[in-house]
Amino acid sequence: MSAPGLAIPFGRDGGSRFLPALTLLMVFLAGLALAAVMDLERTLARWDQSLTGTLTVELPAATGAGDKSLDAALAVLHAAPGIQSATPIDRAATAKLVEPWLGTALSPADLELPRLIDVRLASNGHADLAALRAKLAAAAPGTTLDDHQLWLDSLARFARSAEITAIVILVLIGGVAVMSVAFATRTGLAVHRDIIELLHLMGAHDSYVARQFERQALRLALIGGVAGLVLAAAALFALSQATNAVSLLGDSVTLLPPLHLRGWNWAVLAVLPIVAGLVAMATARITVLATLRRLP
Amino acid sequence: MVRFENVGMRYGTGPEVLRDITLRLDAGSFHFLTGPSGAGKTSLLRLIALAERPSRGLVSLFGEDLTRVTRAALAPLRRKIGIVFQDFRLIPHLSAFDNVALPLRVAGVAEAKLRDNVREILEWVGLADKLDAKPPTLSGGQQQRVAIARAVVARPKLLVADEPTGNVDDAMALRLMRLFEELNKLGTTLIIATHNAALARQFNRPVLHLEDGELQAAAVTRVAS
Repeated sequence: MSAPGLAIPFGRDGGSRFLPALTLLMVFLAGLALAAVMDLERTLARWDQSLTGTLTVELPAATGAGDKSLDAALAVLHAAPGIQSATPIDRAATAKLVEPWLGTALSPADLELPRLIDVRLASNGHADLAALRAKLAAAAPGTTLDDHQLWLDSLARFARSAEITAIVILVLIGGVAVMSVAFATRTGLAVHRDIIELLHLMGAHDSYVARQFERQALRLALIGGVAGLVLAAAALFALSQATNAVSLLGDSVTLLPPLHLRGWNWAVLAVLPIVAGLVAMATARITVLATLRRLP
Repeated sequence: MVRFENVGMRYGTGPEVLRDITLRLDAGSFHFLTGPSGAGKTSLLRLIALAERPSRGLVSLFGEDLTRVTRAALAPLRRKIGIVFQDFRLIPHLSAFDNVALPLRVAGVAEAKLRDNVREILEWVGLADKLDAKPPTLSGGQQQRVAIARAVVARPKLLVADEPTGNVDDAMALRLMRLFEELNKLGTTLIIATHNAALARQFNRPVLHLEDGELQAAAVTRVAS
């Protein structure tokens, strides 16, 4: 005698064929959405880290004051508390920054470019930006001080929007998965009505019947989930190669941030089939119990 | 053991298929249930087997008033009842052994304990060499015996059989009836629905006769062979 199998012949209903394919798709999409959220957070953290603790001082191009304004601004910056360094960016480097938009036909001398000073704040110091702005304006009229707050605020808004979108996608995927499992379970209950009645008449509690559906839902969701995870991993790998290829065209034309998932990111993704299995199991149980409650 | 008082039953909002049924089956009794097709025999057996609830009247099984029993409490009562279905209702993808073992597994009996029981019952119905056979590979008579083995494996107090001899030849019918008699001698209460009046006469047991959903006034009769 072999080990006891499921009393209900699930292999004979359509739900058994439909559920793994559906779970595959759900886990694949959820994997991509989750990977996007995790990579986005990493990218934003990196941008935030690189922008926080820096200031940019901009001296107007056409003051006619030449390097005197620059020297005055540098003097103010070096004397200010909480400033670690203040490095003027030379004209050639500034011209390089606008090269993607203006091309290389014009020489830096032809362009009236503002002078820029890259300022690094001391990590443990506290710079009084309002006072610094006032002193810079007095020493070199027309000078502006950019603490990148506008850019950081935009990034934060973008990050929140992207995260909310990804979470909505994940919730929708979860909702569709739950509805699909419930539908497949109801179909299974209808198809196997005779055997379920037989089990009841033998004295089976609803939970006994529910366990049969749970085991089946878990098995099918795990099969589909693992396949979906493998496909998602392959797609993410291909995507990371693609983003690397785009950035290889040149430093200044990195259209997409390189996709780079760390070890714990993969661990989170690896949990997806298990989550899919547990969701399928719980949905099957609730659906079966709710349906059987209406029987005599 | 089984008591019905003025019981009526309908499916959904349809007409009553059973009307004013009053009967009593004592522990250890053996009754035949006869009547033409459509008289309500299967519905009455389904009521006794707790597959349906009555629309009206009092049904009492094993001393429990069913109007007061919760749905969850029906399961332990059902475990005291064995059912032989007219169409066997064996599970085709399970072996004869697993089909017969099912009521014990449902009741949570450990695998090690149920093996000997199942083998013994299949031996009793003459199918010791068919343990691993799937129902579709068995003849009608063999399937019927697997269905009987499944109905009795958990030692039910009450056995309900719907046309158990309807799909087998006369010799096999007689053999199955002898098995039921043996069970009855062991203390199981039996009620067997049959079209076969000759068979009922042959076994000299009380007969409940249904006509158009009603038990006939002089229904409980003992027919002399």
